[in-house]
Amino acid sequence: MKKKLQISFPHLGNYYIPIERLLKAIFPGHTILPPPPITVRTLELGSRYSPDFVCAPFKFNLGNYLEALEKGANLLLQTGTGCRFGYYGELQEQILRDLGWDFQFICFSRQEARPWLVYQTLHRLGSPLNPAQFLYQLGLTLAAIRLLDQLEYFLRYNIGFQTEPGSGERLHQELLMALKKVDSFGQLHQIKSHFTKAFYNLPLKRPEKYYRVGLVGDLYTLMEPFSNFYLEKELANKGIAVSRIMNISFLLFGKNTKKSLLSSADYLKYNPGANGADSVAQSHFYAAKGFDGVIHIKSFGCVPELNATPSLQSLSRDWKMPILHLSFDSHTSEAGIQTRLEAFTDMIELRRQRTEDGRQSGLGFAPQNIEAKTNYPNP
Amino acid sequence: MDQVAYLGIDTGSISTKGVVIDQGRQILALDYLWTRANPIAAVKELLNSLEDQLDQDITILSVGTTGSARKLIGAMTGAQVVKNEITAHAVGTLSQYPEVRTIVEIGGQDSKIILIEDGIVTDYAMNSLCAAGTGAFLSSQAERLGVDLEDIGILALQAENPVKLAARCTVFAESDLIHKAQSGHKKEDLLAGLCSAVAGNYLNNVGKGKKIDPPVIFQGGVSKNIGVTKALEEALGHPVQVDANSHLMGALGAAILAMNSEKEEDFKFEIGRLDFDTKSKECGGCPNNCELVGFYKNGDLLDLWGNRCPNGTIQR
Repeated sequence: MKKKLQISFPHLGNYYIPIERLLKAIFPGHTILPPPPITVRTLELGSRYSPDFVCAPFKFNLGNYLEALEKGANLLLQTGTGCRFGYYGELQEQILRDLGWDFQFICFSRQEARPWLVYQTLHRLGSPLNPAQFLYQLGLTLAAIRLLDQLEYFLRYNIGFQTEPGSGERLHQELLMALKKVDSFGQLHQIKSHFTKAFYNLPLKRPEKYYRVGLVGDLYTLMEPFSNFYLEKELANKGIAVSRIMNISFLLFGKNTKKSLLSSADYLKYNPGANGADSVAQSHFYAAKGFDGVIHIKSFGCVPELNATPSLQSLSRDWKMPILHLSFDSHTSEAGIQTRLEAFTDMIELRRQRTEDGRQSGLGFAPQNIEAKTNYPNP
Repeated sequence: MDQVAYLGIDTGSISTKGVVIDQGRQILALDYLWTRANPIAAVKELLNSLEDQLDQDITILSVGTTGSARKLIGAMTGAQVVKNEITAHAVGTLSQYPEVRTIVEIGGQDSKIILIEDGIVTDYAMNSLCAAGTGAFLSSQAERLGVDLEDIGILALQAENPVKLAARCTVFAESDLIHKAQSGHKKEDLLAGLCSAVAGNYLNNVGKGKKIDPPVIFQGGVSKNIGVTKALEEALGHPVQVDANSHLMGALGAAILAMNSEKEEDFKFEIGRLDFDTKSKECGGCPNNCELVGFYKNGDLLDLWGNRCPNGTIQR
């Protein structure tokens, strides 16, 4: 009998719930150990042992691993594509080994990420599932992620207008609890119909004129609320409808760099790497929809997003839609972000007052009439 | 009837500014003093000074605060309006220069650019991670060269062959400055190089990608430095205006915002003589260890912040 596995993986928003469930199904009899929730300590630990100039997600991941190892984890998972994220695994493993920890490290990146190789790796680690069962579990997890993303997308846009404070958050927690236990498509379907109804029936009071802000940027900083000082919550508390296209479903099913380059119009000719083209295409989409503004967030030193910035600046000028650029690092002060965010919301309110029909304020100045050719969900 | 007035306080990292205005936005009293890392003491001093400048029968109807200590001072003075620096500066400047298109602001620790179209803020930016090219940098370099901060600008204008300094980063600029000094350049030339470095740094960082249209208004502490103003004019290719009260625009904006808020509550200058205190401690409720700051007036808890979850509220 092999040694009992204690499997852990880094945090990313609420995705630890479907991932934990998937790993539990793949490795029955072993322990799945999601790292403790991210706190200031996580980031401190991660930064202490990371290269100073690496992007912030690396530090968060490393902090997660260290806290998981402290709890007894002995198998760590990582993946990686695109930008520097593609090299996270190798470097993190080496740092942790140098610190003297004993563990197995599996990195599903590049060729290792091909489904058949992933299956073989998991089988070698002791998973009793046959390929069909494995595919079933994988499909179920993807469907669960898709549902989670859809409902969170709805919630983000509407939670600022809930009539009873906390009702949206409560419903969200219930959804997460339900997704923890799902083990068949039938169950997932029930959860879907129950919660879709519940979310759409959430009592809302939306004023006739309200402000809409789109979020674009690097995937980790967008999806892990701790790393952006709960920006979405802050905006919702100010009564702003928040839209964010980037999520795991988008990365898995919606992302198409060629399409993004096309729908970013003339603002991009070449791919700036990772999700840079998506940031521009999505901002273009928000501009065409007449959004009041876009917030572009990235971790400090994120090269693809840095490459996309000049295009975003031209887009902002042409469409007369303000784009706020925020950069997050382990040293970023929350007060500084607060000041910039307050000024941004003041600004979009004042800008709206300028035109009688506020909804049209961003339209009519477009350099070209391009309907964004994307399959982004309609906000 | 008593004359009514409105108070605006701008508490920055380096200096504290305050103005009292009447309903016609005319300044009745003003003061400007160093914060010295103690905003509460600075504001007390400020309030006492403003009170001395005013007639007895003036009633302050509302208070606005801005600057990095706006929250603290807002709680202290019971302010009706607590606004970020960007909005306050824009409102203050627009009241004096309705036609302004670009506000350039370089303060002690931060710098910003505000773009305005038809009297509406359309875009803005602030310096990101580092405080390169702000007042703090100028003040430390003045000390190195043995020059009073106030004299930098005038001396810089006398330069015949200004040196070129690497402006990207304060640390590079500083080592460049030392190198130039050690190779025998004149002090005036060094100072002129320093002023150009500050202007260049600003345009390359904060002003990057922004379209800077005239009229340009330059404010913040560094605007008092004629050398930097000239360097900005040269780099931009159009005139840069500096108001005599350029350092007070934030406070003025806060006062105007307070006036426009239409929330009124009599303000008493006695606050300047009360006892205020802050106590901070780490929450300890979870590994997040939020830093909780309690704000006390004469020993009573007035406000508490820094808390992120219900664990911290219990410890009030």
